[in-house]
Amino acid sequence: MSTDRNDDSNIPYAIRTHTPEKLKDALRKMYLIRKFEEGAEESYTRGLIHGTMHLCIGQEASSVGTCLSLTDADKITSTHRGHGHCIAKGADVAKMFAEFFGKETGYCRGRGGSMHIADPSKGNLGANGIVGGGLPIAVGAALSAKRLGRDDVTICFFGDGANNEGAFHESVNMAAVWKLPVVFVCENNKYGMSTSIQRSTSVKSIADRAKGYDIPGVSVDGNDISAVAEAIDGAVARARAGEGPSLVENVTYRWRGHSKSDRNRYRTKEEISDWMARDPIPRFAADLIAHGILTEAELADIDAGTDREIAEAIEFARGGPDPDITQLTRDVYTETAA
Amino acid sequence: MNTHVEIEAPTRELSYAEAIREAMDIALGSDPAVVLMGEDIGVYGGAFQVTGDLVHKYGEDRVIDTPISELGGAGVAVGAALTGLKPIFEFQFSDFAALAMEQIVNQAAKVRYMLGGSVSVPLVMRFPAGSGTGAAAQHSQSIEAWLGHVPGLKVLQPSTPEDVKGMLLAALADPDPVMIFEHKILYKMKGHVPEGYYTTPIGKAAVRREGKDVTIVATSLMVHKALAAAETLAADGIEAEVIDLRTVRPMDRDTVLDSVRKTGRLVCVYEGVKTLGVGAEISAMVAESDAFDFLDAPIIRLGGAECPIPYNPELEKAAVPQMPDILNAARSLAKGQI
Ligand SMILES: Cc1ncc(C[n+]2csc(CCOP(=O)(O)OP(=O)(O)O)c2C)c(N)n1
Ligand SMILES: [Mg+2]
Repeated sequence: MSTDRNDDSNIPYAIRTHTPEKLKDALRKMYLIRKFEEGAEESYTRGLIHGTMHLCIGQEASSVGTCLSLTDADKITSTHRGHGHCIAKGADVAKMFAEFFGKETGYCRGRGGSMHIADPSKGNLGANGIVGGGLPIAVGAALSAKRLGRDDVTICFFGDGANNEGAFHESVNMAAVWKLPVVFVCENNKYGMSTSIQRSTSVKSIADRAKGYDIPGVSVDGNDISAVAEAIDGAVARARAGEGPSLVENVTYRWRGHSKSDRNRYRTKEEISDWMARDPIPRFAADLIAHGILTEAELADIDAGTDREIAEAIEFARGGPDPDITQLTRDVYTETAA
Repeated sequence: MNTHVEIEAPTRELSYAEAIREAMDIALGSDPAVVLMGEDIGVYGGAFQVTGDLVHKYGEDRVIDTPISELGGAGVAVGAALTGLKPIFEFQFSDFAALAMEQIVNQAAKVRYMLGGSVSVPLVMRFPAGSGTGAAAQHSQSIEAWLGHVPGLKVLQPSTPEDVKGMLLAALADPDPVMIFEHKILYKMKGHVPEGYYTTPIGKAAVRREGKDVTIVATSLMVHKALAAAETLAADGIEAEVIDLRTVRPMDRDTVLDSVRKTGRLVCVYEGVKTLGVGAEISAMVAESDAFDFLDAPIIRLGGAECPIPYNPELEKAAVPQMPDILNAARSLAKGQI
């Protein structure tokens, strides 16, 4: 294919707008997320991790596409299904695994676990155990940016299920009224636990919720990283220009059960396999190869490299020190010098 | 006035979760006004498989999956209870009651009083509670004292399969809002459960083991830890009396005070945060009564640590009372006296 890189609408948006290095790194992150989740799942199955976890396998394009153009100064608020968001925003998988293993070397010093991973140094304000918990917090982060004269934008990830919490409606309204630099990103994977959006939600598309708050709302194929990036870039530009919030709906699917206790009684095997056939990762890899950005050899390197990175991360995590029990109540309050 | 029905019925082994399900089954089968409401209580069977297959028996109109809308869902249950239905509302985790406190505390608890006694709210709410599952700070709390502080609510913590069935049926027969905290670790615990309809009285503690040397008042899962401690204490020649409080509000003063008058020593064991918790109320009850004169040693409270529940398994254990803590407390009180 011989096309001018700046010209053609046949070229996917992401490929038109980003450098080959950036694009290859995006693919690498998608691989890393997939393998992180598989590694987490295996560690759980082998009894090395306790608690529960919510895997985002199948949703990698949504995480990586959304974070593609963000800087470290931009903020995100994440969800219980947050591993992909963390990695897309630049988290270190070794520290993530260490958190899973409850180690002092983890992102939260072993206090938080899967549902609370955060990395403020990269603008990641944290996953959340409460559905909808991050929504108003994202609006607060956007208020800070506006009042303090910063130009960072906050991306607020939430699920289709979360759109029925009062916090969603209150948050979007405030952001709209105050024209705050926040982008509400709904990862619509069709179900909140076992409850389909048809059974829980009065509108067909979550993007339609935007109408009620007079802000732009768009629904995109969340398994197409380019479509996601294009919608997000538009919304981020609008936010940075002081024009207020937008709502972007990434339509996607989680391959695994909701959590480790899901028996998948509410969906069919066919539906799951249909969506597995729409795997966002080979799709992006094929695009990069077709447009001459990536070679087969480089793809093999990414594959092998991310395998290695995950294996090393698990190694690091397992070997880390456990928290000191005498420090149980540390950090309940900020320690101030007497 | 004591309205509960005691009947001799054949018993068999059921798990705590099965006992709850049987109570709901009886209620749904015998009273068309009873409905179940909650998140993923239908085909999913509930996050802890408590509702199980009830949706198949009674249909989606009576086993109602709500959207993820705790405030709204709880409020709908309050409104329905005011006007003829008898909802049993399941929170997926007790922690999410925080989202619904408005309807529980400002509406359900107060509406009868505020309206001069002209209405009542026959509502039952069920709260899977407690730590020990590695679910960390937002999915592991014991918040019974929060609700126990609210006049208008009744707050139960059944510790056995037999009691949870009988107390749920008693709660349904009660004209006022009743909050039932179910420790998640108890769900799989088995015990003898009478068949058919019976009620276990609200507001009446149970003496689980008689003893003359020290009184241990415990709630929920802690009852079982206290009984295990009592076994060991007996081997040392210390006879502990173990009281299962069963109801936090209204609290059974007589059973506790009688026991303290007999033993002269008191340990309170509960999983909620120690300060301003259930044990504070029990201690004050003793201190304000003549039973105080019978005390041979200071009261000991064993409660949750002054911190959120941490993720790391060792920290998590350290955050709530364990059997050896009860043992040590009872021994220190009995030291030199037996
Ligand atoms: C306030 C609150 N209610 C319920 C839950 C339990 N819960 C955790 S995730 C989840 C489903 C969320 O669905 P959605 O927002 O679509 O996100 P997804 O899991 O599909 O990524 C539920 C019900 C919770 N954690 N917090
Ligand atoms: Mg969802």
